[in-house]
Amino acid sequence: MKITRAQVERVAQLARLALSKEELDSLTSEMDAILGYVDKLNELDTDNIVPTAHAVPMENAFRDDVARQSLSTEEALQNAPAASDGCFLVPKIIE
Amino acid sequence: MQLTDLTIHQLHDLLRAGKTSSQEVTQAFLDRIADTDEHVNAFITVCPQEALQQAEAADARLKAGDAAPLTGIPLALKDIFVTEGLRTTCASQILNNFVPPYDGTAVAKLKEQGAVILGKLNMDEFAMGSSNENSSFGPVRNPWNKDCVPGGSSGGSAACVAARQAVATLGTDTGGSIRQPASHCGVVGLKPTYGRVSRYGVIAYASSLDQVGPVTRDVEDCAMLLGAVAGYDPADSTSVDVPVPDYLATLKDGVKGLKVGLPKEYFIEGLDPDVKKAVEKAVDILRELGAEPVEVSLPHTDYAVACYYLIATAEASSNLARYDGVRYGQRVDQEQGLIDMYRQSRAAGFGPEVKRRIMLGTYALSSGYYDAYYLKAQKVRTLIRQDFLDAFNQVDVILTPVAPTPAFEIGEKTANPLQMYLSDIFTIPVNLAGTCGMSLPCGMSQKGLPIGLQLIGRPFGEETLLRTAYAFEQAGDWHQQQAPL
Repeated sequence: MKITRAQVERVAQLARLALSKEELDSLTSEMDAILGYVDKLNELDTDNIVPTAHAVPMENAFRDDVARQSLSTEEALQNAPAASDGCFLVPKIIE
Repeated sequence: MQLTDLTIHQLHDLLRAGKTSSQEVTQAFLDRIADTDEHVNAFITVCPQEALQQAEAADARLKAGDAAPLTGIPLALKDIFVTEGLRTTCASQILNNFVPPYDGTAVAKLKEQGAVILGKLNMDEFAMGSSNENSSFGPVRNPWNKDCVPGGSSGGSAACVAARQAVATLGTDTGGSIRQPASHCGVVGLKPTYGRVSRYGVIAYASSLDQVGPVTRDVEDCAMLLGAVAGYDPADSTSVDVPVPDYLATLKDGVKGLKVGLPKEYFIEGLDPDVKKAVEKAVDILRELGAEPVEVSLPHTDYAVACYYLIATAEASSNLARYDGVRYGQRVDQEQGLIDMYRQSRAAGFGPEVKRRIMLGTYALSSGYYDAYYLKAQKVRTLIRQDFLDAFNQVDVILTPVAPTPAFEIGEKTANPLQMYLSDIFTIPVNLAGTCGMSLPCGMSQKGLPIGLQLIGRPFGEETLLRTAYAFEQAGDWHQQQAPL
């Protein structure tokens, strides 16, 4: 086994996904098969290889620090499931 | 010949000469969509009113003698491009009510030219899939055979062009998502070099791999549409400041003396015999046209799929963290606090493949596994990229099949995710290397399904790709074959 059901439950918690028992069961076997497959990468010796994060090598790309027009508060809130007084509304987090 | 059978360059000539109007052409495509889309399901959203208004404005521009190459041309967009005031779903329930407040850069460029946007196209949810069966708006059907998949994830973009529901479309390609559906639907698709086209306003899947590209009826249209959307964009920090060449200027330069690399790792057992035959025939044709085939090796090919499914899922798990039911998208309301609201909203809004990839990516990035999986994959990515750079010291362009088989049947691979992932084996390495690749029709299987030829170029070598593709295309008539719909 590459991954246990308990580990899958822990990952679901990290990923903020409320999964059903059935989903956790099938994900355990599917992830196990996929992780078994990707194990083939260990056939390669990569000790002295530099990792590639981006195919085009570039340093930090900065724009000039100049103010420019952006979305209005109204536009930024137009798709919010709940909003009030120019803010996004979420369930209460402090009792 | 009907208006809906024509290419961008043919319609542009007719529009400029006043032989038709954008309104007439747009109406013809809207009628075609109404007649055919119940069989194809290529569209998530059609916008007839807005399209006809844009066509009217284009006609005024044409009359004033102020036409750009795309003025008045009806196009459609994968539903991954954010469009101001037009619902953008990414084929997900979590975004099924999302109306973006702005246009992405590629869309803005099309609108500046006066193109007409017919609507938004079906796709695999969040571009995760190879068959377009992962859409929450139902599968897209292949116009050549309705029992078959169109490929994915830009299945709607390819099927739409093959069904002659739009002149051309835009898609995105993270592991083959333009090239593989283009191949399965018998149309032309190009994935540009990473950084060639801005990703601003394109909903992110795997940010170091995603790239925008055209899907068209022929290679000349592909050159035109790529030229229209390519270029540096300060709003995308990964776009590259390299001048955009005039792709049409060199299109007809031919392939005399061009060295065409044939990677031995791509002509393997398990390659469908019809695909093998068609691709070998393509090599013969290019040889007759004056190109020189050369065997090359890309030794790490066999590791690409494993490498991709760690990097892409890791990036996806991070990118998709933004769907939390707070700023946009679906929220499941209940009383157990903020975290539970996130968990319930995401569980209800994402489909099974998206959940699978978020889970895999979260695991690959999690404490204790990062080095073994994500970092290891990034190191293997270096080896894969180096394979291509080495090969391009010997040859100008690399030629391969696009996919190991023609389009498979709907339902054939859904039970086994790993089997589905392996159908992208020939396209994934190009994204990992960050270079450009394209697919164009090169034959038909015995069952009457299109077969695609993949050409891979040096970074920013799109001109060479297009000129090779054009020479091949013009030597035959595969691009003139029409899906029986």
